[in-house]
Amino acid sequence: MSDPLTPPKRKDPLVVTHAGHVPPALRSRAATAMAARAGLGRFVLQVCDDCARATYPQRDRCPFCWGELSWQDQPDGAVIEAQTTIRSSIDLFFKDHLPWRIGSARLDAGPMATVHLHGDVGQGDRVRMELKLDRSGNPALFAMPEKETPHMADDPQLRVFTADPKYRRILVTDGRTETGQAVAEALLKAGAKTVFLGNADPLMRYPGQDRIEAAPGIEPVRLSLTDTRSIAALAGQLGGRVDIVVNTAQFARQGGVGFGGNLNDLQSGLDLEVTGLMRLAQGFAPALSGRSDDGDRSAAAFVDIASIHGLTGRAGFAGSSAAAAARLSLLASLRGEMARTGIRVISVLTGPVDDGWHQNVPPPKTAPAQIARAVVTALQQGQETICADEVAKDVLTRWQDDPLLTIREENK
Amino acid sequence: MTNRMGKFSIDRRAYDDVVITTPVSLPYVRFSEQSAHWWIGRALRALVDGSGIEARDIDGFCLSSFTTAPDTAIGLAEHLGLSVRWLDHVPLGGASGITGVRRAARAVQSGDCDVVACIGADTNQRGSFGNTLANFSRFSQDAVYPYGAGGTNASFALIARNYMEQFNVSREDLGRIAVAQRSNALKNPNALMKEPLTLDQYMNARPIADPIHLYDCVMPCAGAEAVLVMRQDTARACGIAGARLRGSIERHNARSIEPMQTSGGWVEDVGELYSMAGVGPDDIDVVQTYDDYPVICMMQMEDLGFCRKGEGAEFVRSHDLRIEGDFPHNTSGGQLSCGQAGAGGSYVGLTEAVRQVLGTAGDTQVKGANLALASGFGMMTYTRGLSSCAVILSGEGA
Repeated sequence: MSDPLTPPKRKDPLVVTHAGHVPPALRSRAATAMAARAGLGRFVLQVCDDCARATYPQRDRCPFCWGELSWQDQPDGAVIEAQTTIRSSIDLFFKDHLPWRIGSARLDAGPMATVHLHGDVGQGDRVRMELKLDRSGNPALFAMPEKETPHMADDPQLRVFTADPKYRRILVTDGRTETGQAVAEALLKAGAKTVFLGNADPLMRYPGQDRIEAAPGIEPVRLSLTDTRSIAALAGQLGGRVDIVVNTAQFARQGGVGFGGNLNDLQSGLDLEVTGLMRLAQGFAPALSGRSDDGDRSAAAFVDIASIHGLTGRAGFAGSSAAAAARLSLLASLRGEMARTGIRVISVLTGPVDDGWHQNVPPPKTAPAQIARAVVTALQQGQETICADEVAKDVLTRWQDDPLLTIREENK
Repeated sequence: MTNRMGKFSIDRRAYDDVVITTPVSLPYVRFSEQSAHWWIGRALRALVDGSGIEARDIDGFCLSSFTTAPDTAIGLAEHLGLSVRWLDHVPLGGASGITGVRRAARAVQSGDCDVVACIGADTNQRGSFGNTLANFSRFSQDAVYPYGAGGTNASFALIARNYMEQFNVSREDLGRIAVAQRSNALKNPNALMKEPLTLDQYMNARPIADPIHLYDCVMPCAGAEAVLVMRQDTARACGIAGARLRGSIERHNARSIEPMQTSGGWVEDVGELYSMAGVGPDDIDVVQTYDDYPVICMMQMEDLGFCRKGEGAEFVRSHDLRIEGDFPHNTSGGQLSCGQAGAGGSYVGLTEAVRQVLGTAGDTQVKGANLALASGFGMMTYTRGLSSCAVILSGEGA
């Protein structure tokens, strides 16, 4: 079993914050391709198109027959053949996280791999391999106990590869919506210490306000993503105390481009969702980055929830899909920046949300509870991209398979 | 009689009268403000001074180094004013020296050139060891170094742990190797380690990556090792003594090496090594194995035929590995006690073996040593040491 995390003590303001280094980040293109799949929570290896044998480490041709390699999901079982505890390292990140346990795993898929070990696994054990992302956004094989063990998620080595909400303080940007409230509640249920719940307009009441603001752990804060000064003020006040930021802001309006589009809606949507995202990042990214390795309760993640149709555009929701597209693009760039500071940038993709702005859309639609579940799962797993529901999953799968076809289909 | 190595193999030709002369071991330093270029230049000067051969008569150059970037052998040839008609750069880590010498031997044997300067040298500036670790190989970058950044210590820890469990080897057994080498090193004025080492000290040393502890590790340092390779008639004309190259092998990424390494590529070629030399393991007077870690020495004692696989622990328990012992091993103190000057470390056993069979090893001389075996091991590009090599040398008396 792992030692359960204890609620972190109040930080001594005189102690120098531990700098957030990232582990060695130099990788080949093939390893980067593995990272892209790891980000989706898949366990993949390269398999030869000709001889069908799996290979690892990441290669550019098959070592058995020199055939072409492609990424395929693989069985995730393995046996730990040898283990060691590293007690000396010259790397700035690992040096401060010693001792660090690694092992040699014989993967059920065939190859041997050097892997990180969960505290509950050791030499001779059968394990379940997970393909995680490390703090620099690179792929990392992590050996988990085959069966759930007590406080498994609290393992200190595992915590380096996740952004588990437990004991963390989280800013949810828009508490006025059903989605924002569902996310806040799910985070508290997952062990978050505090959820700072944004409200752009404190003078206006909103549905569910009494209930959510009375929930233990909720701290309402004034925050408007369309107001740079409100973000700066909140960042100044909370920057050093927020460990995770979850941006739930959304401005979905029906309309086309040449027909039935409303320019004001487009501008409002872009201002809230796109410029707002950049305002939020500029307000909080530096503070998150500065605390990315600050003990058990280090800053860990920046989460953004956007429509899957940012990838494709969508007939009838052209403007809000355009905003989602811009949002996904900004987020990808932010991810590249934060990979240098050890903060995970997570994208939660949704279908049409089951709210007042999608009344005319036939089901299936994405329930706020599904979005909330996806946020928690992505944080707990350290996953980079997650689909909140079947609609998002379906569009993403088709888009990965044939992007141009999917764009046509979604805009018919 | 030689082994048939592959479907298309023929009997390998002997090296006839090829000799290795002028073993140079420059005194190492822990950190050097000088470049690898400086160390290589100094080694060239020592080769010329030691042999009396004129610089213009060196017409072959074989270089091994991790720290000449962005230069390779050709850049060094210009930097140091060498004009050669045979040039090689052997980037095989601990297998560089022996591999380089056996290639040079064929070049001088066939007349492609006459005198080859073979040099292994590296500088060690603050940070250069880290650079070598972080940039060692693509597999290491992608799939080993980011796993705790323990460097070679961590990778060899996994090999050692598995080997020790499989063959019932204790840390004491491995400690015998390190302790005997330190005893030898105390007779070598160039060794960086000057203090005696007891088995107790070995056992109680700081853990680095279990089961690897401090005295299982080499100390990175700066330095250079070098030899000349030429034909016997050239050596005679210059009035210098040379060690004859009696047999040699090399092997890379051997198919017989298991994913969890318990042996090196020697096992595939060792028969050929001895048959080419016309001798057996029992005839060897002094052995220099590649000693990046004692466990690798033990593996070589098995793989090179001094005992069977799994008997290494019993072998070191029942033999005295010191200069005066019944199995003189790593008589200069090896890298474990002299320090590891990067690729220079691949020449440590070779230069000492040449001195031993020429009778010029001074205080580390094994009495009557006439046949020496030196082996090399290198390139942990992922989780196994990929390159293995060995030579058998004899003195004038053989």
